Amino acid sequence: MALIDEHVNEAVLKNLDRKENFTLFGLTVPYLFLIFFLIIIPVGWLFYMSFIGRDGSYSFENYERMVTQKSYIRIFLTTFKISFLTTLICALLGYPLTYFMSQLSRKWAGICMIGVLIPFWTSLLVRTYAWLVLLQRKGLINNIAIDLGFISEPIKFVHNTSGTLIGMAHIMLPFLILPLYANMRAIDKDCLKAAANLGATPTRAFWTVFFPLSIPGLLAGLLIVFVICLGFYVTPAVLGGGKIIMAAMKISSNIELYFSWGAASALGVVLLVVTMLILYIASKLVSIDQIGGNK
Amino acid sequence: MQSNALNISINDVTKTYGDFYALKDVSLEVKSGEFLTLLGPSGSGKTTLLMVLAGFTRPDYGSVKFGNEEVVTKPPHLRDIGMVFQNYALFPHMNVEQNIGYPQKLRGKSKSEVKESVAEALSIVKLDGLGHRGVAELSGGQKQRVALARAIVFKPQILLMDEPLSALDKKLREEMQIELRQLHDSLTMTTVYVTHDQKEALTMSDRIAVINDGELKQLGSPNEIYTNPNNAFIADFIGESSLLPAKVISNKTYLGASEIMISHPSKDDGDYLLVIRPEKLFLANGKEKDTNLFSGIVEGSIFQGESQLLVIKLDPGSFGEQSLRMRLPNGSNIGQKVPISGEKISVGLRKSDSFLVE
Repeated sequence: MALIDEHVNEAVLKNLDRKENFTLFGLTVPYLFLIFFLIIIPVGWLFYMSFIGRDGSYSFENYERMVTQKSYIRIFLTTFKISFLTTLICALLGYPLTYFMSQLSRKWAGICMIGVLIPFWTSLLVRTYAWLVLLQRKGLINNIAIDLGFISEPIKFVHNTSGTLIGMAHIMLPFLILPLYANMRAIDKDCLKAAANLGATPTRAFWTVFFPLSIPGLLAGLLIVFVICLGFYVTPAVLGGGKIIMAAMKISSNIELYFSWGAASALGVVLLVVTMLILYIASKLVSIDQIGGNK
Repeated sequence: MQSNALNISINDVTKTYGDFYALKDVSLEVKSGEFLTLLGPSGSGKTTLLMVLAGFTRPDYGSVKFGNEEVVTKPPHLRDIGMVFQNYALFPHMNVEQNIGYPQKLRGKSKSEVKESVAEALSIVKLDGLGHRGVAELSGGQKQRVALARAIVFKPQILLMDEPLSALDKKLREEMQIELRQLHDSLTMTTVYVTHDQKEALTMSDRIAVINDGELKQLGSPNEIYTNPNNAFIADFIGESSLLPAKVISNKTYLGASEIMISHPSKDDGDYLLVIRPEKLFLANGKEKDTNLFSGIVEGSIFQGESQLLVIKLDPGSFGEQSLRMRLPNGSNIGQKVPISGEKISVGLRKSDSFLVE
């Protein structure tokens, strides 16, 4: 009580605050290091290398090539086409399935969810080759179809776009279902009851109430699927049989065949920038929270 | 209560979930234009009954008629009745105006008709000018009003309300009780209201249907239910009361060793409960007529604002080991000394206020 303008315990409490802040900062330091060394430095390195030309000097040639060479333009078009179609197929298959699951009791929905998750947890490579076994010329599906007399000649499922799409849609489906399911579960069932009470037929209630309320989850799922598809490697490589060349495969061949780290880096940078651009646009449409499937 | 609103006849409605009876042979007539409250503790079946009326729950058997029309097989969207949900169930992706206009749009009204009726409904619930607000921007009380406006905008003849005030704070709740009642009186509607709050039921209703264990326990005006509960559950559930075990032996009623007077003809021999409303007790001077006198020691004397609550341990020699609660209004007993803990007192209960339940 020496000074009049000093309140009781003010200094002690302030000191306590400072101490707590310091402790909390101390706790975050390991993660800041982790992010710095595992993300900031590699990405910075990627940027740097993308500006190194074949002869080792600074140049824009890696980016110029993408605009001028037809093969690169085709690769980008293929990447977007495959990603877009996969996303579309996932939406058409995933939305009705997720709606069905969201209407089940928790117990049965849980069982269905296990059905969705078990393949999700199985190795990507195993699933991709499993599709190859099922879909090839003398594969299970063609054999059965011929035996039953539906077709006389085997259908060419793999080593083309359709095989790639079947495999990718199967692998991507859980990424759409998970956020969408969380969103649909969170929709207040009373809202649908209210719609019915106010005179809406079940169909009308679905389109005017349920569907609009599920859009955030749907957008989140679509976004995740699309972004992952853009950088997909294994499935298009195996099921596309070399005929479907996506950006990730070109990166790989740039390094493995041509030892051109600059060209590979430039492709990586473009993919990264495109992904961030899409995320930015999406964040304007839905709040970022919802991309995690939360309401 | 002369009005043209539809009456509701509920007959023999039963709903089971496995072995559990949510509703057991409930029969009930809601008169045209009446404000009827279904009152009961949680899990009593009152909400199930409301859901049967709205069409969301299909009973195992029984009949529900609106007017003369059997509706038990009719899907909810064809029943044409208003309903206010417990958590409002406003559509979060629509603003206030769109929420209220929704039932009108479904009914194929023109744009101008929708607009007009929405404005009217908004003014009835005193939310003029808030039509463009988003649902998330509203306070709890405002959401409540929007839900109400949406339920009455298409002028339904029957309005169902499922604990609509339970999420509001006490003061707002009490204001809304009176407002809802006034609204009911000004519109031509038959209202069925569900609550677990006995005070709310007493405040608002024309009649109260007390429901417990899926059964209709008592049906009557608030006054009848309060002053004349027909069993111990209702006496305990509605209002405050002390229930003291009493015995009837050859037309005489005994509390412990003392004989007491009761307001109704004597019951058959057996064990009963004497219902004592704390506010009916008064400090006795020994000269009152037709009054049961209880002597005892004040165990607790608690100031509660508008009243003083006394917990009195009765004289064990005369009445057995039991205590009762008494409520003295503060202010009306000027000059009277408020009894304090440990004091010996004698309290009176008029014969007309003394009754037994099973």
